[in-house]
Amino acid sequence: MIVFGYRLPGMSSLIVWGLLWELVGRLKLTFFVPPLSEVVATLYTVIGTAAFQKALAETAYAFLAGVGFAIIIGIPVGILMGKNRLLDELLLPWVNVFLSAPLTALVPVLMVLFGFGMKAIIITTTLFGIWIIILNSRAGVKQINRSLVEMAHSFGASPVDAFFKIYFWAALPEILGGVRIGIIRAVKGVIIGQLLISIVGFGALFELYSANFLMGHFWAVLIVLFALAFTISEFLAYLERRVSYYAAKR
Amino acid sequence: MPNRSLLLKILSAVILFGAWEIAGRVPVSFAFPTFLESMAALVRMTADGTIFTAYAETLKPLIVGVAISTVLGIAIGLWVGLSQFFDWLFSPIFIVMQAAPLAALIPLLVLAYGIGLTSKVLVVCIMAMPVIVLNTSSAVRNTPESMKEMGRAFLASDTAIVLKIIIPAASPVIFAGLRLGISAGFIGAILSELKITPTGVGDIITYSRSIADYPSMYAAIFSIILLAVLFLNLLEKIEVVLFKGNQRGYVSD
Amino acid sequence: MVMSQTKAAFGQAEPADYESAVSARNISKNYGAVEALRDLSLEFPRGQLTSLLGPSGCGKTTLLKIIAGLLQPSAGEVEVNGHTVTGPGPDRAFVFQDFALLPWATVMRNVAFGLEMRGVAKSEREGIAAKYIAEVGLSGFEHSYPHELSGGMRQRVGLARALSVDAQVLLMDEPFSAVDEQTRRKFQEDLLALVQHENKTFIFVTHSIEEAVYVSDQIAILLPRPSRVSEIIRPSSFRSKGVDNIRRDPEYLDIVDQIWASLRSYVE
Repeated sequence: MIVFGYRLPGMSSLIVWGLLWELVGRLKLTFFVPPLSEVVATLYTVIGTAAFQKALAETAYAFLAGVGFAIIIGIPVGILMGKNRLLDELLLPWVNVFLSAPLTALVPVLMVLFGFGMKAIIITTTLFGIWIIILNSRAGVKQINRSLVEMAHSFGASPVDAFFKIYFWAALPEILGGVRIGIIRAVKGVIIGQLLISIVGFGALFELYSANFLMGHFWAVLIVLFALAFTISEFLAYLERRVSYYAAKR
Repeated sequence: MPNRSLLLKILSAVILFGAWEIAGRVPVSFAFPTFLESMAALVRMTADGTIFTAYAETLKPLIVGVAISTVLGIAIGLWVGLSQFFDWLFSPIFIVMQAAPLAALIPLLVLAYGIGLTSKVLVVCIMAMPVIVLNTSSAVRNTPESMKEMGRAFLASDTAIVLKIIIPAASPVIFAGLRLGISAGFIGAILSELKITPTGVGDIITYSRSIADYPSMYAAIFSIILLAVLFLNLLEKIEVVLFKGNQRGYVSD
Repeated sequence: MVMSQTKAAFGQAEPADYESAVSARNISKNYGAVEALRDLSLEFPRGQLTSLLGPSGCGKTTLLKIIAGLLQPSAGEVEVNGHTVTGPGPDRAFVFQDFALLPWATVMRNVAFGLEMRGVAKSEREGIAAKYIAEVGLSGFEHSYPHELSGGMRQRVGLARALSVDAQVLLMDEPFSAVDEQTRRKFQEDLLALVQHENKTFIFVTHSIEEAVYVSDQIAILLPRPSRVSEIIRPSSFRSKGVDNIRRDPEYLDIVDQIWASLRSYVE
């Protein structure tokens, strides 16, 4: 958007929305929307509380563990599917099913199988993130230029060498793309898991706030969560751009 | 070999369901019924009509929410894609919404709108709308420049360019966004039934869990995943038929 | 039919006193700080084919789009038949490098698109479109979709679309660059016939020296950064010798060599 020859930065309209929020809050149109300034003030007090820090720590733990499993399992499975036709044909239908299935319906199963705790949340997170990572890693291996593989063979690369020096790097842009989308999905997964298993992390915190009608606290936590999620996704997009500079040129 | 791909699909299903059956017989957990028990429960619920009444309830917020998201999402998306000002104003909101775990809004929606249909519809909407808006607007923005130039060179009015070039050119991507939105809408519909109040399929899941009738619980979950996957596959097939060749033919090959 | 008589008359006239269908006067075009065209003037004789030839980045497509009214010049003006160009008009039709066909529309609808935009009734415009579809040799493909056609056939659709609006000036932006060599040769021969039979003014952008010399009555050589007309060449003798003999005509070969000599220093 260009105003008077000056280019407005991309996200600058959020300031307008912030002012609108403040206005709606000041006019006391609804009890559920306190002024933004009040929310920000609450934010400072909330961040200091033990309850918030505990929720954040638990969420970060569940998120990192869930994403870790999704990546450690997802990438090798995807690469194997890309290289082995039989495995690919056996697994691909299920990967596609779980990619688009409403995974929220599986959370109750996880709850009865793994208990109402951290384990179920971690598995939920993994389930949300892993399928797209598998699919993209597979696509990354599938698109590797045949002449690149033949080049490696003709220069006498061992299979191990070929894997680490050719396959991994050639598929890296796609793999990272998958990891980025997988992580964004995992953020949603960890929150959905905590909402349904509402005795840990932010799930518990939300229960506490809404039971006591602490709107300012609620919005403050939401802002923190959304800002974190947005930062993670932008950071990953930045990383992806850094790596995929050569993807366009092959 | 008559049809390798079909055979492998069947084999793959047999392996998965076989593993489920064996794991249920071991059993790996008291809460893990076998595949056959679950299917028997599904047949029973279908026979006595429980499943149909449940879906009538579950599909209500889903259909209303998806309908609202579709109309509103495509309208906003077109607007954002066509006008720099609306792009600047609205895009950041939807980009943040797309990245953010919007499920966290549910407790707030319940406080504001109660535990009725309104809240559930809103949950479906906030889940489904961002991807519909973002796909529509980016599809509109990415209409090949030469097609718009062609329209202008052959004296098309601005309205004609939007109606006869931009919208048809964008429709495959809009449709794909719709499919993703509906997929997210399913997540929202189930989430709201499990989190807000147990109704429909969510009720079967919650109730059968509480009385430890695990086969019924697994059957309900199986059925909703099956329904979602079948429906989304159907949409994908429609997409292929509807937009056959639409993406080709842009580029010179 | 008055026009064809004038054209015949010009065939014998000296190259200097032809009548211009299109004039570009003192055209400049800047993209921010980048100067694409500077003070460029060029006349396009009526009923003839003028090529704009030059290395990539020399602004030939920019000039063509300014004539089409798709781009506004930063300075200068274009006149078509005495009227100053302010935007696209019914007197000009454009053939696009990438065909710019509507992939969801049949050949018939694509060809009739220009007439549709002019508000011509459906039955009438389909009649006209059918005639031009036949003329470019696509009879029987009226109800095919672009993705079912080869690249060469797609460009025939683009050509039929431009012909069907019956504009006096045909603007062609590297129309044959995306088709294979054999198809391209056939196209070039067809284009020569078209220039001869249709009484239209053709402006043809190309980066192929042989193509420009083969099809043109007048070749304008553009040099880059900022773009200017460095030379205007008017082949005189070989046009009348028939399409089969042009490529071995000494004048044809000389002109090709001469143009290459002046362009080679601009090739990276």
